[in-house]
Amino acid sequence: MSVSFWAWLVLLFPLLGSIVIGLGYRVLPAKVAGAIGTVAIGLAFACGVAALLSLLGDQPEARHHASSLWNYASVAGLDIKLGIFVDPLSIFMVLVVSGVSTLIHLYSYGYMQSDAGYHRFFSYLNFFVFSMLLLVLAGNFVLLIVGWAFVGFASYALISFWYRRETATRAGMKAFVINVVGDIGLVLAAFLIFRELGSFDYGTVFERAPEVFSTNQWSITAICLLLLVGAFAKSAQLPLHTWLPDAMEGPTPVSSLIHAATMVTAGVYLIARTHVLFELAPTAADVAAFTGLATLLVAATMALVMTDLKRAIAYSTMSQIGYMIMGVSIGAYSAGMFHLMTHAFFKALLFMAAGSIIAAMANDQNIDRMSGFGKAMRFTSITFVCGALALAAFPGSSGFFSKDEILAYAAARGGMYVIFTVLGYAGALLTAVYSFRLVFRVLHGEPCDEARELIETGHVAHEAPKNPATGEPEDTDVGFPGPEHHIAEHSAPMRVAMGVLAFGAIFAGLVQVPGVDDVVTKFLDPVWAGSPLAAIEPSTLADWEGLGIGGVIALLGIGVAYVLYVARPELPRRLETRLRPLHTLFANKWYFDEAIDFLVVRPALAVGRFANRVFERFVVDGLVSGTEGGVRGAGGVVRAVQNGFVRSYALLLIAGFAGLALYFLLSSS
Amino acid sequence: MTIEWFVILSALLFATGALGILLRRSPMVILLCLELMLNAGNLALVAFSRMVGNGQGQVFAVIVMVIAACEVVVGLGLIVAIFRRRLPLDVDDLRELRG
Repeated sequence: MSVSFWAWLVLLFPLLGSIVIGLGYRVLPAKVAGAIGTVAIGLAFACGVAALLSLLGDQPEARHHASSLWNYASVAGLDIKLGIFVDPLSIFMVLVVSGVSTLIHLYSYGYMQSDAGYHRFFSYLNFFVFSMLLLVLAGNFVLLIVGWAFVGFASYALISFWYRRETATRAGMKAFVINVVGDIGLVLAAFLIFRELGSFDYGTVFERAPEVFSTNQWSITAICLLLLVGAFAKSAQLPLHTWLPDAMEGPTPVSSLIHAATMVTAGVYLIARTHVLFELAPTAADVAAFTGLATLLVAATMALVMTDLKRAIAYSTMSQIGYMIMGVSIGAYSAGMFHLMTHAFFKALLFMAAGSIIAAMANDQNIDRMSGFGKAMRFTSITFVCGALALAAFPGSSGFFSKDEILAYAAARGGMYVIFTVLGYAGALLTAVYSFRLVFRVLHGEPCDEARELIETGHVAHEAPKNPATGEPEDTDVGFPGPEHHIAEHSAPMRVAMGVLAFGAIFAGLVQVPGVDDVVTKFLDPVWAGSPLAAIEPSTLADWEGLGIGGVIALLGIGVAYVLYVARPELPRRLETRLRPLHTLFANKWYFDEAIDFLVVRPALAVGRFANRVFERFVVDGLVSGTEGGVRGAGGVVRAVQNGFVRSYALLLIAGFAGLALYFLLSSS
Repeated sequence: MTIEWFVILSALLFATGALGILLRRSPMVILLCLELMLNAGNLALVAFSRMVGNGQGQVFAVIVMVIAACEVVVGLGLIVAIFRRRLPLDVDDLRELRG
């Protein structure tokens, strides 16, 4: 079996799953639907593994395969095929996406069980996985855009999954609109690429680009900047990030899969995929790198003060994607992709654990009310700590190796790129503090009421269903969360999924220990063949120095969090009052929402209102009612003539003929 | 005999017919007046045909007669139908199709 055969199968299974569940929702029992969804993704993962094995059979230089099913459009010099491109990068993404998705499907199988929209959930989720796989396997920019837009839609549908909750539907719309801004950037970039290079095909584009463009030529810079608009919107980078925290309105498995592990890394994948173009436009690459840096710092400060558990983790996602964007933009391609993989593990895990805790809190997400879950939920707490350790880059965990690899590369590249290392470490300190802030505040301390109920009776707390954001009362029918809350302690599928991910979060880093082994780098290297930036490599010694600094910083951050939230719990309050303006700034998310509202939304609304009041009212309405009045008037005249008297018709006829005869007589003489 | 007399007679007949249509309200009379007008036209056609000296005008006259016969059939049929339904035989009363 060839590589592309397996790759097509990877696409086929999730699509089939989505269609079967979507059409069979009346017939299929809920559990069967969930099982079909999970198995479909599991099969996709298995085919991904088969494709990987088949790919490893090739020589490293020959590890890229293009295959197409049929011509999508072939007209006027345009040649678009429904084709895929399989190389180590896309297979790597396929494995990460389908692997994590399988586990999250398994988790959802337990977590969503009481929800009335169970079939819909799995159909959407399978559709999402299909779109994401299409995005990473696409063989040309057109199919990439198709996958890109599908993913955006799947995200919208799943954020608004509880569609009777107004906050959720609003968040869905916000995410969709901002994603469409990104889509426009991507589409324009594709147009420009076609104009300059005459093809949408990856192979042709990347081959021809170095011949056609000189470094930093305006057109290639424009292409890269437009690609970045797409990447930033999808990957929630400044200033297009405001949708991501709001997207936490969706069910927790969705936050875990789409808004942490897979979809939001599409921007990272895009930059890595088009690295040939970005190397021709170093200015655009630097823009991307600095944006990534700014995002990782800004998001980390916001994560420090958020009191909503899921939103705090969402900001940490933004921050970690900032690292990845920074990495792939400065040339640390393999390191960036490696961080993408480890992040997918530990962030999915953190969200799953958070979902379990939120279920135990009867859907309350406020960490001010949570405490003492360490005793109440052993399994969840252990996995939560595993995720937090990896996020904080605790020595030996997966995040430790992947994050420091990016920073070590930046140091090795030298020059101004040392800034990225220094500030990256500053961000790492913040990361360690905020991740263990969550751990200590949620797991440590006297058990809160819900935790005590769980310890004493073994039952999950139930309260009257209400919207956690606004407190509005709800019911538990379709369109709202279901009545039963599922925690990992009571659900085997959830435990399996979280256990596997916890293992990955801690040990996945071991595949890439400097000086010992470098599985990911070696596998991905053929993709960046010929790139001068990928050839830069920090020495093993520098790597270990970086790891040493990173380890110290992580421990320092955890220590700071321990002092602040365990040893001297009154300190945070004091700091908050002391640094009031800073706290206000962070807690209000740096006023990005307000700024966008003021700079974009209001002007757009004003233009719309002006168009409504002036243009619509006078020009359009004037045209329409003018036409209408004219027709009505002419009709009145004609009606008056049609009076029903035969004799008056005859008179008109005779008079008309007489008039004509007179006219011809006069004009002929 | 010169052509003028024929044309004058034809014009008189035509005017009589037209006036009849404009002034009378009975559908029967209107139909008769229509015939009058058609035959005024026929007279003129035949007269001009004789003046020119070929048969073309007469052919036209024959065709007009055929059409007049058809028209009378339709017209009389309508009138009979109106009479059968006991509607007033007065064109001014039959004005349901007014705009």
